Amino acid sequence: MNAHLPILIIVIPLVAGMLAPLLAFFSAPMARGVVLASALAVFAGSVAALLRVLEMGHPWSYYLAGWPPPWGIEYVIDPLSGVMVTLVSFFAVLALDFAGPYLAGRSAREKGAFYALFMLTAGGLLGMCATGDLFNLFVFLEICSLAAYALIAAGGRRSVVAALRYLIIGSVAACMYLLGIGYVYVMTGSLNMGDLTILLPPLLDSPAGILAVVLIATGLAIKTALFPLHGWLPDTYSYTPAPVLAFIAAITTKVSAYALYRIFYFVAETAGPVSATLEVLGWLAAAGILFGSLMAIAQRDFWRMLAYSSVGQVAYIVLGLAIGNSLALIGAVLHIISHAVVKGLLFFIAGSVKWQTGIRTIPEFIGMARHMPLTMGAFLVAAMSMIGLPPAIGFFSKWYLVLGAVEAGRWVFVAVLIISSLLTAVYFFRVIEFAYLKGKRPEDVPEAAVLPPKTGPELPARMLVPILVLSVGAVVLGILNEPLIQNVIQYALPWRLP
Amino acid sequence: MAEGVIAYYLTGYGNWWLIGILLLIGLWGIVAQHNLLKKVMALNVMQVAVILYYLNAAQKSGTTLGVLRAGEKVGDVAAYVNPLPHALMLTAIVVALAITGVALALLLKVYRAYGTLEEPEVFRRMQQQ
Repeated sequence: MNAHLPILIIVIPLVAGMLAPLLAFFSAPMARGVVLASALAVFAGSVAALLRVLEMGHPWSYYLAGWPPPWGIEYVIDPLSGVMVTLVSFFAVLALDFAGPYLAGRSAREKGAFYALFMLTAGGLLGMCATGDLFNLFVFLEICSLAAYALIAAGGRRSVVAALRYLIIGSVAACMYLLGIGYVYVMTGSLNMGDLTILLPPLLDSPAGILAVVLIATGLAIKTALFPLHGWLPDTYSYTPAPVLAFIAAITTKVSAYALYRIFYFVAETAGPVSATLEVLGWLAAAGILFGSLMAIAQRDFWRMLAYSSVGQVAYIVLGLAIGNSLALIGAVLHIISHAVVKGLLFFIAGSVKWQTGIRTIPEFIGMARHMPLTMGAFLVAAMSMIGLPPAIGFFSKWYLVLGAVEAGRWVFVAVLIISSLLTAVYFFRVIEFAYLKGKRPEDVPEAAVLPPKTGPELPARMLVPILVLSVGAVVLGILNEPLIQNVIQYALPWRLP
Repeated sequence: MAEGVIAYYLTGYGNWWLIGILLLIGLWGIVAQHNLLKKVMALNVMQVAVILYYLNAAQKSGTTLGVLRAGEKVGDVAAYVNPLPHALMLTAIVVALAITGVALALLLKVYRAYGTLEEPEVFRRMQQQ
């Protein structure tokens, strides 16, 4: 059993997803039980795999059906992919838990469909993290994207249009990625990442190599929602149902950024055109950080504000990759974790505020602090981490990014990182101001809209628990950042740094 | 002489140019067309171009399928077409089929919700609500 762990953590969610509609046909609680149990099993398996890899001290390769590469598909758990699968499976458990009250009034068929699509998304994302084969990565990318399009479309009339637009843009991205690895295959005759580490770097400095790198970078940058290829993100995030959104917003863009990191640093080893491409991506990321923060300030809708904030925050990761020294790469990996935790938390909060009060726009938040005190307390922690105040984890990820930029002498990037922190403070303090400080209603909000103080429980326990777990987690991870880097992230850096 | 050169370029480069043009037609359709159904069709054109790219890369003239027949010796690589891109593209075709299926389902829902598939008109009707 233990020897097959790398494939089990991908197969279990896929099988559970396939079974869920069938089980829901007989009994919806049973379907929920099986799906939750499989998500927990995957989480336990991911943690076990990560711990085992850290103990082994070298990557854990698993040959599917015993076929060695380059004929068979290889799955590789190393400290980096171990961290990613742990993160994905952890959020799958939380989002499934959070989804409970959302699904309460739905029919068994709808519940079954939700569980099936959700587990397929999770399985696809886990596969993207664990695979050691470029084409297999494409297949898992499409599995998770297709299931995600259907999940997004479940949010009503507007979300259908957003999902269709995302489908078209996302499929173009996947097409470009597929064409890019086509060039890699034609140049080297292999698609296994381990093989390509040896074969690819000497061949990259050629017209075909440049085309391959550019196509892969464009495809994955669209999936990561890197400015100016972020067009699908704000609409999609504004209309998706909250439990799905917390999972998608926290995880999918980060997994694509991880794929970019894996291919450029571990497979291509920043040879030839890769470093020039990273330079371009870095400037786009710097522009994206400022653009995302400025657009977030301009929004009245809380969800849309968080969506534009995602555009900015994802660009931090790409900026870390572009700077490319060990401090910046530690910052990038830490920011993958920190932004997943905090943005997941923020969308859980946005979802529960909408669920409880029906409120989405920021001026309506007056009195929210007394109406939902625990949720708004969690929001304060999240805002602290997003702005980058210690001891929240967001401070440390930005700290390492800034240190990396200083060490590389990239002063423009240092300035962008600091200015963006100030801009982030502006748009989060606006919400805090309305929720905590404003006593009087503004002109355009009717009297009845001011919320009364809390009476009774503010949220069902199944929705409150993920929020509290993540808000405590954001602080605990921040305090424990030193052991986290020493014991895990340090080993998630490429072997040879440029 | 001239015919030889033309034949050389057509067989050596012509198909790659055609694939490139097909890819760009697909991309142009996605960007420039206003009808959502036409965008999905353009997406299919683009996917077909990528599939043709792989199949073209596998092609060698004067070779046969990767099936071992009686009396032929194993390991004679030069006698066969590379079967791996074909296997990869079977998967990619299935993926493209799934994408088209989901896209058509979403198109149906858009049409039922807004009564049109013209993107600007859909946006106008979204604004009105």
